[in-house]
Amino acid sequence: MIKANNINKSFGKLHVLKNVSVNCAKGECIALIGPNGCGKTTLIKSILGMVVCDTGFITFNGKNIAHDWEYRSQIGYMPQMGKYPSNMSIGQIFSMMKDIRKNNKTILDEELIESFSLKDILGKRMNTLSGGTIQKVSASLAFLFNPEVLILDEPTAGLDPIASEILKEKILKEKQKGKLILITSHILSELDDLVSEVIFMQDGQLYFHKKIEQLKLDTGEQKLSKAIASIMHNK
Amino acid sequence: MKKIIKYVIIDLLRNRVMMAYTLMLFIISLSIFNLEDNSAKGLLSLLNIILIIVPLVSLLFSTIYVYNSSEFLELLVSQPLQRKTIWLSIFFGLVTVMCLAFAIGIGLPILLFEMSDVGLMMLFTGLLLSIIFVALAMLVSVIARDKAKGIGAVILLWLYFSIIFDGLVLFILFQFADYPLEKAMVGIAVLNPIDLSRILILLKLEISALMGYTGAIFKNFFGTTFGMVITFLTLITWAVIPTWLSLKKFKSKDL
Repeated sequence: MIKANNINKSFGKLHVLKNVSVNCAKGECIALIGPNGCGKTTLIKSILGMVVCDTGFITFNGKNIAHDWEYRSQIGYMPQMGKYPSNMSIGQIFSMMKDIRKNNKTILDEELIESFSLKDILGKRMNTLSGGTIQKVSASLAFLFNPEVLILDEPTAGLDPIASEILKEKILKEKQKGKLILITSHILSELDDLVSEVIFMQDGQLYFHKKIEQLKLDTGEQKLSKAIASIMHNK
Repeated sequence: MKKIIKYVIIDLLRNRVMMAYTLMLFIISLSIFNLEDNSAKGLLSLLNIILIIVPLVSLLFSTIYVYNSSEFLELLVSQPLQRKTIWLSIFFGLVTVMCLAFAIGIGLPILLFEMSDVGLMMLFTGLLLSIIFVALAMLVSVIARDKAKGIGAVILLWLYFSIIFDGLVLFILFQFADYPLEKAMVGIAVLNPIDLSRILILLKLEISALMGYTGAIFKNFFGTTFGMVITFLTLITWAVIPTWLSLKKFKSKDL
């Protein structure tokens, strides 16, 4: 569904993505892991078209994204640190996004808004919210339009245990609907029961892209965190 | 596009700085018209204020606004929207509100006290100046990533257009006083939208006779319909080219 072909990206002298090629198929739940600064977020942002790659190209459903923008209507994106206009309230953000994105075909999915009980604080302005509440807003927005692809950048960072459990449940539910889900996270134990494939990146390069069963078989470990640790150890 | 323009305009209309700007322009123009018994004279005093304040506020406010809406831009860019739509919406939103502030603050008093050729010309060039300097501000803010750098650049730009440029022109005139520069001055004036507007309005006020031979040449060029059309086209180009450049830059910007 999403294919990246030999993409390169530099910020000034810093070469962030080096010849990265990935192929993400529909129905998979893919964990994107790697040390800090290895280019995970840049890869995600280039898929979203927020970062324009220097060379290489990315296709979405076989169409090059370079001059396309409509494909983004099929993506729900939850950023690592959600930034919202500070003078708008939660309710205004939601209604603006609905206004911008909604067409007759979309069925709104307000489940997360309900379960995070954001309905009670719709009038609060974005600059008064805590980091965790902002994350809740970001998550609700990502799922709101029932997109085919979910891209979640460190979804549980900053969420309290109850909220992160709710979010995980929701991710599992969407996974069962056959959606493509891309997650980056540093808390590997959380990913265990969610993901079906693992992409490991290091220093801007794709280190491997494997099915999780294959990875467990190769390393002889049962836990994802152990498996990754043993790979990093053996290198 | 309409939807985003709507959100930008709603956001700007609630902005206190914009209200203060409108009010300030309104008070200045009212007091000037009431001070002078001859409203044509009032127009002349108003001219200098317009040529200094309008570019400064348009530049500074738009630059700061674009930097402050970086979150808004980031949010929109990840949505199914064209970058062109996003950028032009911000531009049109800013232009609409800036022009509205000018139309209420200066336009209304002009229409009340001095609805003459000159008054209308002043209103029109003021609106054009607002648009031009919003466009320049957006170009600066898309090029400079750093807010402080961007604001600094914008202040320099304003200094250049309202003070340094005139100094340079004077310098050239004195250095090459032996040469016939009158015609070249017409060409040089094109390089500065503020000067262009000043010339356009001064020529409408009958005091151009005081400008000597250069004034006569100016009158010959800018006074004719052909010259006016060319001048307005130049002013519009001053708005279109920075907008186009900033749009091109924004399309490939990493957010």
